[in-house]
Amino acid sequence: MRRMLVSLIGCAAAVVCCIRLFSTAPASSAASRTLQEADRAKVLLLVSGSEPRTLDPQESQGVLEHHIIIALIEGLVGGDEKDQARCVPGMAADWAHNEDYSSWLFHIGEDRRWSNGDPVTAQDFVFAYRRMLTASFGAAYADMLFILKGAEDYYRGKIKDFGQVGVKALDDHRLQLDFVGPTPYLLSMLQHSAWFPVHPATILKFGNIDTRDSKWTRPENYVGTGPFRIKTWRPNDVIEVERNPYYWDRETVKLNGIKFFAIENEMTQNRAFMAGQLHKTDTVPSDKVAYYRRKKPDLLRIDPYEGVYFYRVNVDRPVLKDARVRLALSYAIDREAICKNILRADQKPATGYTPPGMAGYQPLDKFNFDPDRARRLLAEAGYPDGKGFPKFTILFNTSDAHRTIAEAVQQMWKEELNIDVGLENQEWKVYLDTQNNKNYDISRSAWIGDFMDPVTFLSMWTTGNGNNDTNWGNPQYDRLIDESNHTGDPQKRLQILREAEELFLNEAPVVVVYWYTHDYLIRPSVRNWYPLALDNHNYKFIDLETGAGPEEKGSGRQARH
Amino acid sequence: MLKVILSRFLQLVPVLWVLLTLTFFLTKVVPGGPFSAERQATPEVIAKLNEYYGLDKPVWEQYLAYLSKVIRFDFGPSYTYQSDSVTEVIARAFPISLQIGTLAFLIALLIGITAGTIAAVNKNKVWDYFPMSLAMVGICLPTFVMGPILALVFCLQLKVAPVSGWYGLDYVPLHPAVMPALTLGLFYAANIARLTRGGLLDVLNQDFIRTARAKGLPDHQIIFKHAMRGGLLPVVSFLGPAFAGLISGSFVVEKIFNVPGLGQEFIKSVFNRDYPLILGTVIFFGTLIVIFNLVSDVAQALLDPKSRRSP
Repeated sequence: MRRMLVSLIGCAAAVVCCIRLFSTAPASSAASRTLQEADRAKVLLLVSGSEPRTLDPQESQGVLEHHIIIALIEGLVGGDEKDQARCVPGMAADWAHNEDYSSWLFHIGEDRRWSNGDPVTAQDFVFAYRRMLTASFGAAYADMLFILKGAEDYYRGKIKDFGQVGVKALDDHRLQLDFVGPTPYLLSMLQHSAWFPVHPATILKFGNIDTRDSKWTRPENYVGTGPFRIKTWRPNDVIEVERNPYYWDRETVKLNGIKFFAIENEMTQNRAFMAGQLHKTDTVPSDKVAYYRRKKPDLLRIDPYEGVYFYRVNVDRPVLKDARVRLALSYAIDREAICKNILRADQKPATGYTPPGMAGYQPLDKFNFDPDRARRLLAEAGYPDGKGFPKFTILFNTSDAHRTIAEAVQQMWKEELNIDVGLENQEWKVYLDTQNNKNYDISRSAWIGDFMDPVTFLSMWTTGNGNNDTNWGNPQYDRLIDESNHTGDPQKRLQILREAEELFLNEAPVVVVYWYTHDYLIRPSVRNWYPLALDNHNYKFIDLETGAGPEEKGSGRQARH
Repeated sequence: MLKVILSRFLQLVPVLWVLLTLTFFLTKVVPGGPFSAERQATPEVIAKLNEYYGLDKPVWEQYLAYLSKVIRFDFGPSYTYQSDSVTEVIARAFPISLQIGTLAFLIALLIGITAGTIAAVNKNKVWDYFPMSLAMVGICLPTFVMGPILALVFCLQLKVAPVSGWYGLDYVPLHPAVMPALTLGLFYAANIARLTRGGLLDVLNQDFIRTARAKGLPDHQIIFKHAMRGGLLPVVSFLGPAFAGLISGSFVVEKIFNVPGLGQEFIKSVFNRDYPLILGTVIFFGTLIVIFNLVSDVAQALLDPKSRRSP
């Protein structure tokens, strides 16, 4: 028995040795990751969500990629630190437009440099937009540039000469953009990565103008114009960026670097934040919001966010063909209850489609909970007290959050309208396919604005638009959207858009549910992180306060919600 | 023996071919494509992308093209990691899973065999019930429960291991592999403990053990020298596939501790409809499982003379 004991101890010692062997952390050039040290080193520790698919601004599609790309590449203009609708000079030092906003002239600053030291020229932008509009390159956001004169024709091969497209380099520093109509919202749109420049020589070194997935986005090859340049990229782990010494406005840049950790799981994000591995999380697990509100309100922030959660209605389904039925469904939802009891992070009941916060655009106040009106509308449509109403199904992508909301809606429709609704969940890509093929009755959806203008929410509902997916279409609506595209007076333009939204909601091909908020945890040492409606922060303004330890209360935070 | 090993290696080829073919056609049957997204690209863009990646050709043509590339060990580009090839993705993710898996394997072996042996020797006494109830708990507690518990205790309270991440975490004493390995190891340890106990009890009742006892051999010699050899046979046949499973990574554990291993690449490739990455990882896992089954068969033959005669 003694020998057995000895061998046991021996084995235990072997395991300890093993663990010791494993515990020599790999050599890292990075300083220690504790928050205090990161604060002192002025390295912001952020989370990117899942692993970005690409850092090519012209191939990227997602919000999470965009949040990294804006550290590395700056467009003609940069984001304002406090107001998403405004902008600050970027590669363009100044700009001017004609009276109806259909022609813009940008003056590229003489001191603008790529991160390899090359000067930034107007020709670089011409190259970038040509790449976006090269059909064989297959940029997902190519259609965002169709507002440029001749762009769509070039994309579809109707014209071969890019010189006929409304992008001209008058000389090295003057870039002229001509549009098919007035674009008073252009400066907000230019902050989208679809309009960012790429370094022509680097692109062509690793392929042709239409080569996808080329190696130029590797850290050792990456060339950008942003306040930071990429240092390391370890897939599924971290992307590290450091100060770009060639950045024109380097005096404003306060951070020495940013680390974007690829942590997808929101519980892991939460744990990493509490363990002091992060300055800020991307989100808060919904059942933890109440806890943080109660126990650590100084770490929790809830900002407005330009997004709407809604149900698409397939208007080709016989039972859903009648607009009165769709309106009845809309009026029978108690959005207040959903926001207060299920979502619980200050989301706003969506009374219209376009969320509040767009400068000069008053959101619609149409859909308030009105069960009597809902029942009346349903009776008018031929289903008094829900009698004879055929059963239909709500489709959603597999997720507990979507299921809970769908169940609440199901119950509300049963109680208020006495109609039976089934629920069906599908895996994400299957769900996208089903929705795209319009093989559903009602489908959960959401839309996040690309820039600060209602058109980013409304243009998708024109007849046959690829993102419409409801089979709904109305020539008058199409006309209004088209008219707004040709109206130079900003006020009048917004009025037309509002008229279009009213028409759209009167026919109710969607059932709106709520307007998003963005909830996250943030350390008090992070300065100048203002609530921004698109959550696109210009990192050059962000600062870290040294000395505000992780447990310390933030004294001078300038923005809290 | 050598003939057996050789013939098993040759079997690898048809096994992998069947695996590859089945997976290839299954991925084509599954609805949803690699380029569908919430904000849909225009049909033209989708068409361009399909053309770019050769997805516009008939399925059998795609299959033949893929097969001819695989023979040359070219698994194509990944759709998810837009500038990486499948080989690069596996090459960077596998070493991480290998480290975690090996450590988990050692933990499982040490705890499992020790607990199983203690239980078998003390049959129907406290020292049998205690480790065996722990093992039962270990089997019943899935890794997605065990992982967060361990993370709370060791990472958030004791702060000896990182909550998330893999590289350069020099402010905590333990390597990031330890916690994921412990989570996985404990689960496998429970199984090994039960197998060890069962195997040892079978052997301990046999005549040659009784003879050894009658000859007056001390207990430890009976257990370690005579009983273990036969008693561990069921464990050995379990270990081959278990090791392959461990080093190929676990999606759940890798997500909980956020380590960039192969397990999550595999699952995510399916979610993303990253066809080349799905096929690449399936072939890789298939190869691993076949090889370690073979290794465990060979080990069994070495331990058990009876099985050598009937390959």
